[in-house]
Amino acid sequence: MMRPVAELVASHPLFAGLPEGTTAEIAACARNVAFLPGELVLAEGQPADTLFLVRRGRVAIEIHAPDRGSIVVETVGPGGAVGWSWMFPPYRWQFDARALGPVGAVAIDATCLRAKADADDALGRLLVTRVAGVLLQRLQATRIRLLDLYGTDRAR
Amino acid sequence: MGSTAESTGRVAMQRSADDPGPMSPIPHRVVGRKVETGDVTTLSLVPVAGEAWRFLPGQFNMLTAYGVGEAAISVCSSRREVGPFRHTVRDVGPVTAALCRSTVGDIVGVRGPFGTSWGVDDSLLATGDVVVVAGGIGLAPLRGAIDDLVHRTDAAGGRVFVVSGAREPAQVIFADDLEAWRRDGAEIAVTVDMAPTGWRGHVGLVTSMLSEIDFDPSTSSALICGPEIMMRLTARALVDRGIDPGRIRVSLERNMQCGLGWCGHCQLGPFLLCRDGPVLPYAGAVAQLLSERER
Repeated sequence: MMRPVAELVASHPLFAGLPEGTTAEIAACARNVAFLPGELVLAEGQPADTLFLVRRGRVAIEIHAPDRGSIVVETVGPGGAVGWSWMFPPYRWQFDARALGPVGAVAIDATCLRAKADADDALGRLLVTRVAGVLLQRLQATRIRLLDLYGTDRAR
Repeated sequence: MGSTAESTGRVAMQRSADDPGPMSPIPHRVVGRKVETGDVTTLSLVPVAGEAWRFLPGQFNMLTAYGVGEAAISVCSSRREVGPFRHTVRDVGPVTAALCRSTVGDIVGVRGPFGTSWGVDDSLLATGDVVVVAGGIGLAPLRGAIDDLVHRTDAAGGRVFVVSGAREPAQVIFADDLEAWRRDGAEIAVTVDMAPTGWRGHVGLVTSMLSEIDFDPSTSSALICGPEIMMRLTARALVDRGIDPGRIRVSLERNMQCGLGWCGHCQLGPFLLCRDGPVLPYAGAVAQLLSERER
C-alpha cells in the first residue's frame, strides 16, 4: 500500500528531522511519480519546475555530446534527490536525468515550493540549508573525482 | 575491538633448514597470468622447490623481478583456493612493469609473507555486518578477506557489503569474483568515476554509495583499501554513519623494502608499515596520521 506523500517527504533524508508542520507544508506541493526504465525524468533546456526525491531505483544524470551520445556524470539512488536548477534563475535544467530502471519518486512542484519559501522565511532558510548541504556533498565528491585517484594510485 | 595481537596475526613462509634467510627471495614459477585491465596483471605463483606457504589475507610479499628489483605486492589469493598464490600487480614502474611482463614458466622471487592481516579470524569481525570498501586496485589486498567473510560459517557473522570503486568500467578488477560473492549472499556495489556510453551501473564516489547501504553501524566493522585520500574520506563517512573508529581497518603503504622492520624506509609516524602494517586500525594514531601533511 502506498504511504501518504506527507510521510514519504518526512522520511526522505533531505527533509529528515524537520518539524511535522514543515514537512506537511512541503508535502502540500508534492505527489508520487513513477518512471519506466529509460524514461526521461527531466530534460536539458526545459523549465526546471520540480524537485525529485528518489525513493527507489536509480536515476542517471546525463549530458549529450554529438560524438559520444549520452554521458552519465553521476547516478542518484534511493534517498537521493534530483534536480536543483529550480532554485536559481533562469530555472532551466542543465542536464538530462533518466531512469536506469523502474524509479519511484516524490515530485515536488518547484513553483509551489518557492512560493511557500517566499512567504515563510523560516521555511526558506530550512530549504536553502538542506539543499546547500546536498550541493556541498556533490561539489566535494566532484572535486575528489577530478583528482583521478584511481588513475594514479599506488595501492597494491 | 580486537586486540592488536588479534588483528595483526603473522604467518611466516615455511623455510627449510638450509634457508638462506628472510632477505633472500625464494624462486617461484609463474603458472598462470591473467591481464585484469590494461595495466593490471594477476600472476599465479608456485614455489619451484619446497612446500607451499601459508598467509593471512592482507599480508604482502616482496616480489623480485630478477635483474630489475623488488616490489611489495599483496597476496590476493583466497584461503579457500588450493593451488598457486595469486598476486595482482599494477604496472607503475620498472619492477612492476617487469613483473607484469612475466609469462607462464618464468621465475619470480618471493620473500614473505610480511605484515599484518585484515584479521578476518579475530573477534572484531565475528559479529555484526562488515562493510568492505575498495578503491581501484585496492580490491586486490581485500580479495582473500572478502572471500573468507562471505563464506564464513559462524552463525553470529552478519552481512557482508562490498563497495568497489574504479576509474571506469574497463578498470574494474575481479568482476567474476564480485559476481560470485553476490551469488553467495554478499551485497555488491560497483561505482565508477567516469562512465562510457552505455554504462548502466553506478557513477560516483564510493562514499556516495555508503548512504545507500543498510548496515547496522552499532555492530558493524569496516575494511578499507585504496588511495589514501579515498581511505580517509571513506573512514570519516563511516564514522559519520556511526561505526566506531576502532572497528575500521585500513591498509597503508609507504616505501616497503626489507619487509621486516629493519630498514625503516616504510616508517609512518610510530609505525614501520611493513611490520606493524599494512593493515592497521583506523582509530587513534592512524586517523591522525591520515590527516597530517607529510613533509
